[in-house]
Amino acid sequence: MAEAASLTVSVWRGAEQGSFARFEVPARANQTVLDVVTYIQRELDPSLAYRFACRVGMCGSCAMTVNGRARWTCRTHVRKVVDADGALELRPLANLPVIRDLAADLAPFFDKWSRARGTFQPKDAPDGAVPEDFAVVPPASKQRREADAGIECIGCAVCYASCDVVAWNDEYLGPAALNRAWTLVNDVRDGGRAERLDAVAGDAGCHSCHSTQSCTERCPKNLDPSSAIAGLKRALFWDTLLGRR
Amino acid sequence: MSATRQPASTKGVNRSHRTRARAQTHLWVVQRVTAMLLALAVVVHLVMIVTAVRGGLSAAEILSRTRGNEAWLAFYVTFALAAGLHGAIGLRNIASEAIGLRGRGADLAWLTAGLLTAGFGIRAAIGLYA
Ligand code: HEM
Ligand code: SF4
Ligand code: SF4
Ligand code: FES
Repeated sequence: MAEAASLTVSVWRGAEQGSFARFEVPARANQTVLDVVTYIQRELDPSLAYRFACRVGMCGSCAMTVNGRARWTCRTHVRKVVDADGALELRPLANLPVIRDLAADLAPFFDKWSRARGTFQPKDAPDGAVPEDFAVVPPASKQRREADAGIECIGCAVCYASCDVVAWNDEYLGPAALNRAWTLVNDVRDGGRAERLDAVAGDAGCHSCHSTQSCTERCPKNLDPSSAIAGLKRALFWDTLLGRR
Repeated sequence: MSATRQPASTKGVNRSHRTRARAQTHLWVVQRVTAMLLALAVVVHLVMIVTAVRGGLSAAEILSRTRGNEAWLAFYVTFALAAGLHGAIGLRNIASEAIGLRGRGADLAWLTAGLLTAGFGIRAAIGLYA
């Protein structure tokens, strides 16, 4: 694809109410979307609000809506997302309140992690004490593999912004919180299974998910929250049918 | 959006949340179990239709099959019950997402609608049997 010499970037300015501002940004090789935003903030308009920290896909703070799709901007190459005439449209993440410009308020997202009991509760050492000894968890065991599958979440909220059920139901805990809950349900060192399953059951929890897999398709870490949620549903299905809860 | 902030408590889940979540889980379980029943019943039903219409369909022929036959009665009663409940719970989910119709009252209304629908089907099945 022939690359345009400059990019035409529409950037959301304002909070819930606002409008797009347009900037011309020089196109460069291997430029990321975060590079573009940083260029605008440093060279064109220092009042632009946005968020980033690590720039290498670890911290989860740089996600935005890029041409209509939630993405981590520090590891999204412009060339991959720009359209033929060099246009980029940047908005804050969807399904979250907007603080200003490209910075969304992630408080509801993280509140739901704690509502889904996203905190490890050591079985052997209640009240957060350090256990006596190391727990031995065989890497090949089924539960360990389920836990490993979801552990690398960086809390970027890309999945949360991509989920229709979050948009439809304010209370819905969302893919990341449920993925975290499933990770802990499979952590053999954790003692909070029963309460966690209670916390993620019902309309605010896993039972509202339609398995449409937008979360799985868009997760930049290639995690599979949709399958994690299916796991929660399965656990709750059998626990309910067999009267284990 | 005013999210209620809650610290990551390690204590039990709020009681009323748990009661509601369990009732909702039960509805979900009923919908999945009835879906499994329907998957089977629809196949039986289709095979039945295709075989029954061969050489024309008459009321007498249908009644000769169903009258006094407990197996068909049980099948149609189960089918009607599953369809009524499954459809009503499915519509409940759609209504809650599309128009925000939620809560205990709505759930009871949907359950009633489902049982009523099932009731009509069951009455028809009894009509074929008796
Ligand atoms: C072969 C038989 C059937 C099977 C296997 C089946 C299965 C399912 C499943 C798995 C869902 C959940 C979808 C989701 O959560 O996204 C569903 C939803 C639904 N079903 Fe069925 N179903 C069957 C027949 C029927 C019939 C006969 C009706 C009408 C009475 C019906 C009405 C609905 C409705 C209204 C929904 C809600 C849609 C939704 O939640 O997305 N289904 N069905
Ligand atoms: S699979 Fe479930 S959680 Fe993921 S995007 Fe779809 S509805 Fe949301
Ligand atoms: S599951 Fe993936 S998309 Fe969702 S917050 Fe974690 S890393 Fe981001
Ligand atoms: S800046 Fe840390 S993940 Fe993008």
